[in-house]
This record gives sequence, structure tokens and C-alpha cells, in this order.
Amino acid sequence: MIEPTVYDLSSPGRHGPLLPVLDVPEAPLPDGYLREDLLLPELSELDTVRHFVRLSQRNMGIDTNFYPLGSCTMKYNPKVNEKAAGLAGFTDLHPLQDAEMTQGAMQLLLELQVYLAEISGFDAVTLQPAAGAQGELTGVLMMRKYQLDRGETQRTKILVPDSAHGTNPATTTMSGLQVVELPSSPRGNLDLEALKANLDDTVVGLMLTNPNTLGLFEERILEITQLVHEAGGLVYGDGANMNAIVGVVKPADLGIDVMHFNLHKTFSTPHGGGGPGAGPVGVVAKLAPFLPGPVVSVEHIPDDFDDEEEHVHFDEDGDDFRLIWHMPSKSIGRVRSYYGNFGVLVRAYTYIRMHGAPGLRRIAENAVLNANYLKARLQQEASYPVAFGDRICMHEFVAQGILEGAPDIHTMDIAKRLMDYGFHPPTVYFPLIVREALMIEPTETESKATLDAFADAMIQIAREAREEPELLKDAPHSAPVKRLDEVRAARQMILCRC
Amino acid sequence: MPFIANTDADRDAMLAAVGLERIEDLFRDVPEQHRYATLDLPEPLSELEVLREVSALADENDHLGELASFLGAGAYRHFVPSVVDFLAGRSEFYSAYTPYQPEVSQGTLQAIFEYQSMVAALTGMDAANASHYDGATATAEAVIMALNSATGNRPGGKGPRKRVVLSPALNPQYREVVHTYTQGMGLDIVGGDLIDHDFHTLLELVDEDTACVVVQNPDFLGQLHSAAEMQDLADAVHAAGALLAVSVDPISLGMFTPPGEYGVDIVMGEGQSLGNALNFGGPYLGFFAMRTADVRKSAGRIAGETVDVDGQTGYVLTLSTREQHIRRGRATSNICTNQALMALRACIYLAAMGKHGLRSVAEQCYHKAQYAATRISMIPGYQIVGEKPFFKEFVVRCPAPVHVIKDYLLMEWGIVAGYDLVDDYPELGECLLLCVTEMNTRQEIDDLVEALASVAEMVEDMELELVRELEDVR
Ligand SMILES: Cc1ncc(COP(=O)(O)O)c(C=O)c1O
Repeated sequence: MIEPTVYDLSSPGRHGPLLPVLDVPEAPLPDGYLREDLLLPELSELDTVRHFVRLSQRNMGIDTNFYPLGSCTMKYNPKVNEKAAGLAGFTDLHPLQDAEMTQGAMQLLLELQVYLAEISGFDAVTLQPAAGAQGELTGVLMMRKYQLDRGETQRTKILVPDSAHGTNPATTTMSGLQVVELPSSPRGNLDLEALKANLDDTVVGLMLTNPNTLGLFEERILEITQLVHEAGGLVYGDGANMNAIVGVVKPADLGIDVMHFNLHKTFSTPHGGGGPGAGPVGVVAKLAPFLPGPVVSVEHIPDDFDDEEEHVHFDEDGDDFRLIWHMPSKSIGRVRSYYGNFGVLVRAYTYIRMHGAPGLRRIAENAVLNANYLKARLQQEASYPVAFGDRICMHEFVAQGILEGAPDIHTMDIAKRLMDYGFHPPTVYFPLIVREALMIEPTETESKATLDAFADAMIQIAREAREEPELLKDAPHSAPVKRLDEVRAARQMILCRC
Repeated sequence: MPFIANTDADRDAMLAAVGLERIEDLFRDVPEQHRYATLDLPEPLSELEVLREVSALADENDHLGELASFLGAGAYRHFVPSVVDFLAGRSEFYSAYTPYQPEVSQGTLQAIFEYQSMVAALTGMDAANASHYDGATATAEAVIMALNSATGNRPGGKGPRKRVVLSPALNPQYREVVHTYTQGMGLDIVGGDLIDHDFHTLLELVDEDTACVVVQNPDFLGQLHSAAEMQDLADAVHAAGALLAVSVDPISLGMFTPPGEYGVDIVMGEGQSLGNALNFGGPYLGFFAMRTADVRKSAGRIAGETVDVDGQTGYVLTLSTREQHIRRGRATSNICTNQALMALRACIYLAAMGKHGLRSVAEQCYHKAQYAATRISMIPGYQIVGEKPFFKEFVVRCPAPVHVIKDYLLMEWGIVAGYDLVDDYPELGECLLLCVTEMNTRQEIDDLVEALASVAEMVEDMELELVRELEDVR
């Protein structure tokens, strides 16, 4: 059954919530400025409620289903995060209020900056970027400006492994730099010979995802970062896969110079059907002057200053300080308005405070254990090939939808059939270097029982693929709609009801 | 940890299945000398404790729920009907991700499609995407799209156009973000520092190298430009082969001419006003609407209608070949995660308020702002700056430095006065940008007028001690 659109449900004359009666005199409306018609729907409140509740029922989310979407870290989002972010002292706070009025919020930001720096080993952190990709843009623009600042104007290239997420090369181009793609080695890591061959004084730096999108840790990470540094380059770390290593190793210790976090992944803020996220960026000291601003910093108040204002803090030594906004000296500029996706930052702050150091380490340990367990079951019992499957994987692994005895079955068929078993499919056809990729990331919040149920379904589907392939070809059978015609959508371009 | 389900017994069984002895064995690829570095973080807290801590931080803020506020300047307090929180709080929506698998994401996809439809209707444009990070990045992406779109138009095959003309009355933060985003593209960005805000002066900067002109309506200082004036601007910009992008306040479109009717190519802006809280600056949402001809050059997610194998209507993400996950280094943008949940809130807001509701929100803002301005203009020493009609914001020239007035109003009257324009527009002098919305009662406005009048009296009576004292404190 289809759900009509808000326009189909509209009835002339209906309306939703009313405002108070206007309590000031009406002013004349200006001629030549007004619109004639406004084509928005006319719905009663119940119309609106039923419609959107019904739409919600046509979705899978983590709260309803296992959602092993690789590279996206679809872990459970603690509900306390929502409560914290929903406090009126945050939601009703205007970003342009004077700093004296917003010290509590700024304190939270300052502490989060410190925690993220501690977790990653970096010297400074900006919370401004709104998502991972914007963190990448921030980082690469900083790398570029750093090189220019040193007079290295001939450096115009960024090295990007072929396994990288699409945002890495896209970011490079947006930054006005050229992408040089590096091949992967037979062990699924960066090919060191290719790296060496491309490292010269035209290179701004390398973008590296570690663990990479194959779910593999860079075995020779220390050599890699050393080589890049020796050639005068910088190493960008794509921190999207931090869930595998949080509390286990600090990226800065491995020689990474700049890295974004995906708070909506590792630090558990709901993905919202596509966002919002937050993509803070950590940097080593030499890059700190280039950070976008404003960032929160501490201003000490001299002892003799007699201040009875309430918003003065005391640090560990009992000295007075207040929090101020500060623009780093060589800043690349602001990357978005205000200070970042604050509501997301509150959620991440809450999550980090609940975990502490031991809790964070347990996240990584269980995420990696869950992935390896699932990988083992699929390899052993269902004969799904796993890319570089002889290695221990980190938080995710890439299986392949290639089944012996079922030559017509593809990854997409397996993905759609999983829906009938009540699972959201894994990421499909990415990374591009693996044929028929099924990228599976179970996360730490799933139980062994759930992993077993998923493995059982995959095993069953492998059997169906051989014995009753049409079950897969026609899947899904139980979703709100059957397989959708994406080619037709792109050709027809029906992008609105207007 | 309440969020990890595995028991010790589970872990042992799983390790055995993997063929390892200890959890630590999973991390043997991590260089040993760096494994398990100490993390100096505060002790873990229970839910009860963490709520206490976070609430204490929240309580330290003086938020607008407790004060009369006339502060806007790009982020606005508007009424959010209860249905918005209730419906957007459905975890089927908020715990899902990008609808890559359309069959199990029809809820998100149809909501995006409806959002696009309503944004297109509101702006009078052909199509809209869902979504950008905020109004500032939507503006930067508009500039980038225009650079790609206008390229072919340059006479004599002289390569891509490199000039971008920004109105000085475009939100200063948006101008900054345009500069940040495009710093590696070798552009010639002009206009932002013009003292004269007249369109004719802006047009003098438009040459054959110009890819686009970006203006704001109502502009950052609240001034409205008529449909005719905007049409003339659009014609002039088009005659030069460039595109015109306009940043708008979506609430204003509840009553004013939609940009699609005055020849604009790109309409974008901050969508926070549509059902989203102030949230200390984010998460917000950048909306973006365009002409059909430019859709394939645009950035961001777009949902389209299609059918399933049974011919039933459904929705999918479409035209993805523009995007980074397909086109990689040649994508129109690097955007991936966006502000989908905020777009959903905007969608629910527009549906719930609807045709009549949005109009009455806009009209109440308008009438209340006019009332406030009229009353303030009658206080000796205050002057309303600007000749044009305005919507919900206007500039007042004050008889004392704005920061002094702001501090006094806050401390003595509990009023958050507005935005001090001195840093962004020093040439304006002692000017305050005030914002009045449907959230402000007549009583609040009358109090503001009285408070400003008492400042004027103090200035008049040379009783500036207090004022000076306040200045000294700073
Ligand atoms: C490996 C990797 N890098 C970068 C990104 C981009 O992050 P975001 O979607 O937050 O912009 C993603 C997310 O999809 C990712 O998986």
C-alpha cells in the first residue's frame, strides 16, 4: 500500500496549529513585494501526525533492526544523549549571545576539545566541521595552507589510496589540489613501492584511512608516515573508522598529522536518516595556527580583578578564568556558521563521559571481536569469499556476493533478500576495488545472538541462491515496496510534486 | 557498560570461534609500542551522574527561553509546533541513515521528496536538494555550482569564469565561508567590502569574467528588495552571462514574492527557522533550490519518484552520478552526511503549519517588527536606518555604543537587545540590528521601547555614569 503525499492529503480550508491573536496594530503591506499564492498543503494536526507516523513505519532504523552498514558505524544511540541535547539551556541558546551568557555551553565545548585531543593524541582540536567530509575539507585546506606558508608553492598533489572513501578524492578537488591514486598491496594495505614512487616535492600529503575501508589496519603505518614526512608531506587521517581503535591506539602516535572524527559514528549520535553529524578535526602543534575558528579558549583573569560576576570559573589552581572565542592566527577561515553542530557535540560529550577510558577501549574490543566472529562464521559455514580474509579484520570486513553454483546471483540480490529476514543490508559495491562487495560492520552494541541470527540468514540465503535463485532475484518480498526502478527515476527526474 | 551486550561467556565463545586466545590478539597489527597508550579521561559516569553534570552546564547558560529576546542576525526563534518534536523523534526516522537501500527507507525518502516539493513551492523554483550543513555552506555550494554552470557562457572560449560578486549585505559569516571553501580555486571574489549597498554599485563589479552574483533578500540588515528590483538585477546579471543566487529567509516567503518569480537561478539559505531550535548554532540546515537545467550540476542528496517492479509508486535517491561516492574526484561536492533530520523537521513544520499557518507566522513577524520600529523611531535619539520596507529585522542607530546599551538592557531589564553591527559594518556607527518574530509579545516590545527610552534619557541628562561604568567593566 502506498502512503499518499502531503499534497494528496491536503483539503482546502484545513489548518494546523494556530498562533495567538495578533496583539499589535496591523501595518500596511508594501505594494510590489507580496506573493499571490503559497502552494503548501492544508492539513489538520491529525492528518500530519498519521502521515508522518505511517512514513516512519516504512523505515528500518537501528532501534528496529540490525543495520550492519559498513563504514557507517550504525551502533545503538543511548537515549540519554537525546535528553542531554534537549535541555533548554542548550536548545534555546542563541549562537550570537555574548560569551558571558554562554559559559556553560563553551565549557562543554572546551572539555570536548580536550577529550578528543586526549583520545587521539593531537595537540589541538576544532569542533566546527559539520560532518566527516567537511572535516576532510578543513584538514586538506590546512595542509595546503601550511605548505604555502612554508613557501612550498609547488606542492599541489594529494595521494589517495584506491580503497579510499569517495569523499577523499572529492575533497582534494574541492581544495584545488590534484588527486594521485595509489594502488593497494596484495595484503590489502597501501602499496609502499607506489607510495615511494610518487613521493616528491609536489606532494602536499597523503590521505590515509586506518583501518582502511577493507577493515584492515595498515601493517606498515609507521614506515608510511615516516616516508611522507621525509618527503616534506603531511599525513591526513580519515578517522571514520575510529571505532576500531578508540582507546587502543592514538592516531597521532602513529605519525598522523591531522584527522577528522566522525562523532556520529564512533561517538554515537543518531544518523538521522542521513545526518546531522559532526566532524571535529585534530591536529599536531604545527598545524594548530591554521585551524578554522572561532575555537573556545581560556582567558585567565588577573588576581586583583574584583569581579562579582557569576560566570567566572576557577581552574585546578584556584585561578579565575573565563572562556572566550578565539581565531587562530593563520586560520583557513570559518568552514561554516557559528561553532559546529552543537547538539551533536553535546551527545558525543555525554557519551564520552559515560564511557571514560576503560569504556572506550571496550567499544573497540567488542566492535572488532564482533566483526571477526561474524566474518569467521560467513567464511566457514557459508563460503562467502572475504577480501583479504586470511587477515584479522578490524571493526568491519568486506565479503563478496560471489557464490559457487549460483552464477547469476549478485551482491544486490543478497542485499535485497536480507530485508526479508529483517536485516538492513550491509554497504554494497564499496570499496570499489572489491568485486561484488558486501561491506559488513556489526558494531559493538550487537549481541552474539543477533550476529548468529544474521549469519544464519546469510547461510540460508547462500543455500537459496543455489536452490531457489528467484527468491533472491525477486527480493524483497516483505518490504513496503518491491525493487525500485532507479534508472527510470534518473531519466524522468520527478523531483517534486509541483 | 550498558551499551555492550556481549557477556564474558559470549566473548570467550567468539574468541574460540575466531581461533584466538585473548582479545588483545585482535590488535596485533597495531604497532606494539603504541598499543594501549594511557588515556587521561574523567572516570566513567552512570546515566544519572552524567545527566547531573550536563544539566549543570546547561544551567550555567542564560538562554532565550527565560529572557525577552530581539536577537536574530541569521538564527531565529520561531514557534515550533509540538508535532515536530514528536514526529521527528520517531526512532525509525532518527536511527536510520542515508537511504541507500530504498525498499527499507521509504519513510525517509518520501519525507525528503515532500521536503523538496515544499521548498520548491516556497521558493518558486523547479527543484530542491536535501540538504546542506547550513545557510553558509549552501551559499558556498551555490557559488561552486555557478562556477561550473556559467563556464560555457564565457564569450570567446576564454576558459572558466573566475569572478564572484558578493553583496556586502550578504550575511558576513556566509561571505567568510565562501572565501574558505574556494581558497584553492584561484577566484576573484569582490563586493563584500562595498560601503554602498545599492545594486547598481554591485553591478559595476560584474564583468565578462563573472560567474555569479550573490545577494540576500531580505538582506542581512533586514531590507527588502521588491520583485521588480530583483528582476532588474537578474536581467543585468544574466546579460553578463552570470548566474544570480539569492539567500532568503524561508519564513519571509510565507508572504513575499518567491524568488522563482523574479528570475533568480539559485535560491538558498538557512532553514533553521523551519521547525528547528537555536541549539547554540547547530545542527541547522542549508536549503537549496534551483532550475531544472542546473540540477545535474548541483551538490547533495536528491530524491526522485519512480515505480517498483509491480508499478507501485516509490522513491529513491537519484542523479547520484553527481556525488562523491560515484564520481569521486570529479564530483560536484564532497558532501556525504548532511542535515537530513533537520530537513525532516522542516518538512513536518511546513506540512503542519501549511499554507495558512506559514502566512500567519510571516505576517505576525512583519506587523510586530513594524510596530516595534515605529515606536522606537519616536524615541528621541533613535533612528531607523534604511529606506526600504523590512520584514522582521531592522537597524536602529542608537545614542550610545551598542554594547553599552546591550549590557544595560540585559542587566536592568532582562532583555537580549539584538546584534551589534560595529564589527561587520563599522561605517554604520552605533547601530543595532533588531529582530522581532511571532514569539515576541506586545508587552516585550513595549518593555524594549521603554528600556531604550531610558537609555536616551540618561544620555540626554548627561547621566552617563552608569553607561561609562559599564564601559569600564568591559
Ligand atoms: C571512510 C569514510 N570517510 C569519510 C566519510 C565521510 O563522512 P561524512 O559522511 O560524515 O561526511 C565516510 C562516511 O560515510 C566514510 O565512511
